[in-house]
Amino acid sequence: MAATPLLEVRGINKSFGPVQVLRDVDFAIYPGEVTALVGDNGAGKSTLVKCIGGIHPIDSGEYYVEGQPVTVHSPRDAAQLGVEIVYQDLALCDNLDIVQNMFLGRERRNGLVLDEITMEQLATNTLASLSVRTVKSVRQLVASLSGGQRQTVAIAKAVLWNSRVVILDEPTAALGVAQTAQVLELVRRLADTGHAVVLISHNMNDVFAVSDRIAALYLGRMAAQVKATDVTHAQVVELITAGRSGDLGLAPTGAETVNGVQS
Amino acid sequence: MSNIVVTSEQPPVDAGQRPPAGLAAYARNYGARVRGGDMGALPALLGLVVLCVGFGIARPVFFSATNFANLFTQGAAVVAIAMGLVFVLLLGEIDLSAGFASGVCGAVLAVLLTEHHLPWYVAVLAALVTGVVIGTIIGLLVAKVGIPSFVVTLAGFLAFQGVLLLLVNNGTNISVTDPTIKAIDSDGQLPPAVSWVLLILTVVAFAAVRLTRRAGRIKRGLVAEPLSVIILRVGALAVIGGVAVYVLNLERSRNPAVVSLRGVPLVVLILAVIAVLWTFVLSRTAYGRHIYAVGGNREAARRAGINVDRIRISVFVIGSTMAAVGGIIAVSRANSVDPNTGGSNVLLYAVGAAVIGGTSLFGGKGRVIDAVLGGALMAVIENGMGLMGVSAGIKYAFTGAVLLLAAGVDALSRRRAAAAGLR
Repeated sequence: MAATPLLEVRGINKSFGPVQVLRDVDFAIYPGEVTALVGDNGAGKSTLVKCIGGIHPIDSGEYYVEGQPVTVHSPRDAAQLGVEIVYQDLALCDNLDIVQNMFLGRERRNGLVLDEITMEQLATNTLASLSVRTVKSVRQLVASLSGGQRQTVAIAKAVLWNSRVVILDEPTAALGVAQTAQVLELVRRLADTGHAVVLISHNMNDVFAVSDRIAALYLGRMAAQVKATDVTHAQVVELITAGRSGDLGLAPTGAETVNGVQS
Repeated sequence: MSNIVVTSEQPPVDAGQRPPAGLAAYARNYGARVRGGDMGALPALLGLVVLCVGFGIARPVFFSATNFANLFTQGAAVVAIAMGLVFVLLLGEIDLSAGFASGVCGAVLAVLLTEHHLPWYVAVLAALVTGVVIGTIIGLLVAKVGIPSFVVTLAGFLAFQGVLLLLVNNGTNISVTDPTIKAIDSDGQLPPAVSWVLLILTVVAFAAVRLTRRAGRIKRGLVAEPLSVIILRVGALAVIGGVAVYVLNLERSRNPAVVSLRGVPLVVLILAVIAVLWTFVLSRTAYGRHIYAVGGNREAARRAGINVDRIRISVFVIGSTMAAVGGIIAVSRANSVDPNTGGSNVLLYAVGAAVIGGTSLFGGKGRVIDAVLGGALMAVIENGMGLMGVSAGIKYAFTGAVLLLAAGVDALSRRRAAAAGLR
């Protein structure tokens, strides 16, 4: 790992009451790369992402951006650092159009009045820069868009804000074959434009199609973070289901009882 | 650092498939939207035309200048309340207390004027502040405590009825003689010349706003409204406004030699100004945008950093304040306050007006103009049925049927829109 990670967390612990969801998790994300975050249901993927996004406060652990330690207490802090999360349920308003959704909560204004023209132009340009050609007009209501188009709008919304880290929570889960391909293409382009992209997915085909690195969580611990070219399909599946695969992954036994906080 | 570079060389998203900018294409688009279930104010407009023609044929006096003026003064209070309700309905909430809130505010006005002999502007201000306070309380109970608005405002409905009774000393009738208050919706008329000047200014301003926007969009290379559509809109406003002002400027007095009665009722100007103000707030400000967002998807709005609670409280404040405006208008029209001011059907007519105009009960869809159109429809029904001399029973049943029809259109158009993917 030559380059400095754009964003890195070390030794993250997070409990909800008596349940420890994350144990000593290290996770690094690099600019220009797609890092797939995989793991079985309940492995802690969403919790890790929400900790990074400032939605859940972490119990202990460190948070670095470009090697500098930072503190993140709220989604606003994370947004300030250029971290944007695209949630699975997308959180778009059906009754608003694409431009209105992309600028929701951060509208451009001329004094008191909304600056619709600037917003429409910026939205158009952002979509164009992501080579999105599937939407007819940026003034379409989001309700009229297909699943893939909605995902596209949600992603475009995330990159509109000079974001450096874009985290996508299962962006292809509800999509058909063609739309999945479209969204994956978009994910790749995001990385190619210099973003650090995190892709949460259960679909190994998607993961291998676009990822540079793969990070596997197993029962709240980071089993391995490896280059996608260094592992096989089967190895990743083993990491997800058993936490180790050959030399990779967590130590066979005993390790699970160790519960210290790395500092 | 690695922000998306905005370059002008890149083709816009809709390059090549830009919607053709002609009038015909515009009409086709509109037709497709209507078929898809996004009917907007169309049912209300159609209903208005049908009912007007029907009543006009059955009772020619319906089209007389006097009756035309009556329509405005009769419907004004309900329209004012309905404009406030649009804000509440946009969040998918309801304000059942708006009717009696208007009564309470009207009673505050009357008591201050007649028993405390305060100047009219102090009394009006006090009535409006009463509305703000009522709205704040309802809003806090709904947004912060988490009681459903239906229950909070149902409680308000009962409680305000009681407050109104207390204010008017258990049933006495407080009459209001203040000339300024009476002018609002009883005997205040704009001089005919002033009406014409205001109308011309309005049309010119409307045209200027549309043309400037179009020019700005063309300059920045965006799809703009076709010129023909703008001309149509401006022309429609000029013709409708012109006919209305002309008719209202006709002599309405039975005996013009004794007292002349002509001109646009003052309340029309007041409501028009308020309607323009609220339309501006809803469609051109970030606050208005956030109201639609919270009404459309509260969770999305919250994640976008919008203070959802503040928006929810504020719409109840606007709702109750507009109820206060309605109360003031009602007091002016009746020249008095009694325990039934804002009671009986006022609330239901106001909700009906907003819904018939095209505001959705499910939240996220609606405009201020809906309240005006729906209110006009309600006024026409009330007035026309009155002229026909039908019994109150038939009138209520018919009004109820119309309201049900409007709510049905709303629900069905939502289904169609969902199928067509429009909303």
